[in-house]
Amino acid sequence: MNIELRNIEFAYDKTPVLQNINGRIEPGQFVALVGPNGSGKSTLIKCINGILRVQKGEVLLDGNNLETYGSNRLSQKMAYVPQTEQKAVPMSVFDAVLIGRKPYIRFKPAKRDMEITADILERLNLASVAMRDVNKLSGGQQQRVFIARALAQEPEILLLDEPTANLDLKYQVDVLKLLGSLTRQGITVVMAMHDINLAAMYSRQVMMMKEGQLFASGGKEIFTAENVEKLYDVHVETIHKNGTVYIVPDRIHSI
Amino acid sequence: MKSTELVQDYSRYRSRRILFILLVFLGIIIVGMYAVVVGAAGISFGDIFRVFTGTGDPVSEQIILNIRLPRVLAALLAGLALSASGTVMQSLLRNPLASPFTLGISGAAAFGASFAIVFFGSAGFVLFPWLSDQYLVMFSAFAWSMVSTGFILAIARYRGATPEVMILAGIAIGSLFGAGVSALQYVATDVELAAIVFWMFGDLGRAAWDDVLVLSLLLFPILIYFSLKAWSYKALQSGDEFARSLGVNAFRVRLTGMLAASLATAVVVSFYGIIAFVGLVVPHIVRRCIGGDDSFLIPASALFGALFLLLSDTVARTLFSPVILPVGILTSFIGAPLFLFLLLKGMGRGYWS
Repeated sequence: MNIELRNIEFAYDKTPVLQNINGRIEPGQFVALVGPNGSGKSTLIKCINGILRVQKGEVLLDGNNLETYGSNRLSQKMAYVPQTEQKAVPMSVFDAVLIGRKPYIRFKPAKRDMEITADILERLNLASVAMRDVNKLSGGQQQRVFIARALAQEPEILLLDEPTANLDLKYQVDVLKLLGSLTRQGITVVMAMHDINLAAMYSRQVMMMKEGQLFASGGKEIFTAENVEKLYDVHVETIHKNGTVYIVPDRIHSI
Repeated sequence: MKSTELVQDYSRYRSRRILFILLVFLGIIIVGMYAVVVGAAGISFGDIFRVFTGTGDPVSEQIILNIRLPRVLAALLAGLALSASGTVMQSLLRNPLASPFTLGISGAAAFGASFAIVFFGSAGFVLFPWLSDQYLVMFSAFAWSMVSTGFILAIARYRGATPEVMILAGIAIGSLFGAGVSALQYVATDVELAAIVFWMFGDLGRAAWDDVLVLSLLLFPILIYFSLKAWSYKALQSGDEFARSLGVNAFRVRLTGMLAASLATAVVVSFYGIIAFVGLVVPHIVRRCIGGDDSFLIPASALFGALFLLLSDTVARTLFSPVILPVGILTSFIGAPLFLFLLLKGMGRGYWS
């Protein structure tokens, strides 16, 4: 299902966090949301999910306002992976992922719920740790558990808030590859990210945010040195290698 | 591993947890029967059988039906209430230190009881002629604990029902009422002071059929409510925003859950005084045995708490027989070292394990 953002505004108390956000995301798109800390990436993700209510404008899913979907139906369409959990959940991996089936469960999980959960654990290479406590897993495995839990909702849209934060390089690549494979199955992925080079490598659509506004949006081609310098207020240089452009902080100004 | 095998593995894991619940239930039946038999006055299993078939002698009938049985049931119900409340509060507040007394309930109840003892001591009959002294103290303890609960829930409504706000507000309210109790103790006469101190020991010797009936009428709806909300509580354990993304109204679920848990606790405390540690430690013991999935943890903790309190009370009755200790003293004596042991054993495993 497609997502349309129309003139979104959001403020905590009186401090404006999001202003005048417009955009459109097609099904199966892989969107990277980049921008400095405090630019409103997390807030935008929460607004798209309905965790926060926009104060002006609207979020449309397939042309219908978000609020016309009941909260349960919404959670069958769209899943959210929060930024690192403050405390791991004190239960087994299977139990934790099964929570993602909540929108489909009234009281007791059906066989189908367990089968879907097992299938996802299998796909995400978590089967061997399924009966272990979540809080005994490594950071990378925990992040996969939280993605698995979101996938158990069988969503059409997956929203992730910095899914690769706190992960080493290998796990970052693993997670991004996994998300890429999900988009090929038609799931829309929207993720907030800090590493612009990784974002450029894996995503297909980019939304750059600065001070609560959409600074630029488009395809990967908007990852230019000029845009990045303005976005983060740093000097950068570009490295061209094998037809790919890498953006790194300028050595002279950074040291 | 194939996913069908994984489903089988998980089904077995679920069955093991159900088995745990059944074993605890069996334990309750066995210890319950033993607790009716054991005590200063000699009763045999044969006497129980004869009393229930209507052929017992009047003395054992009196002891079984009016002394032992209500006490056993009161221990079970109070343990059930305190442990279920503790489990739910720990999940809702995402804090291993949360207990049925988190919202300052014990302090407020103690204040309420002292208040009634000091101010209505003998005047109680004049002001409320339909209430006996004992009921007046009970009622005042309950009313004040609901005042404290209501106050904290009001703060939570105003300031956002985050775990941090509720825990800190509970601590503040608890110490406020603690100071209130000290002040009342300071102005109390010797007799009143003794009554206050005596009230504060949790003691199941006060159990009677009336309060057993009230407790069960109140508890069963609350336990059913907790079980129905187990999936929401599980979602809340991973944070409010995640819970909201699953369609859980974090604010409302936390507020009503805390209210229900506080209500159950307040009733137990106003009937039997402060029984410490059951609500704090039992959820941790059970979480260690069967994990932190609320669907299983809530019923298992509730039953295990019932068993724990019944065992403690039976030990309290028989340890220095014919002298009977208040169970509130014993639960702390058993509970505190057990808690320390769990804490030491849990080192390096993350404190939520």
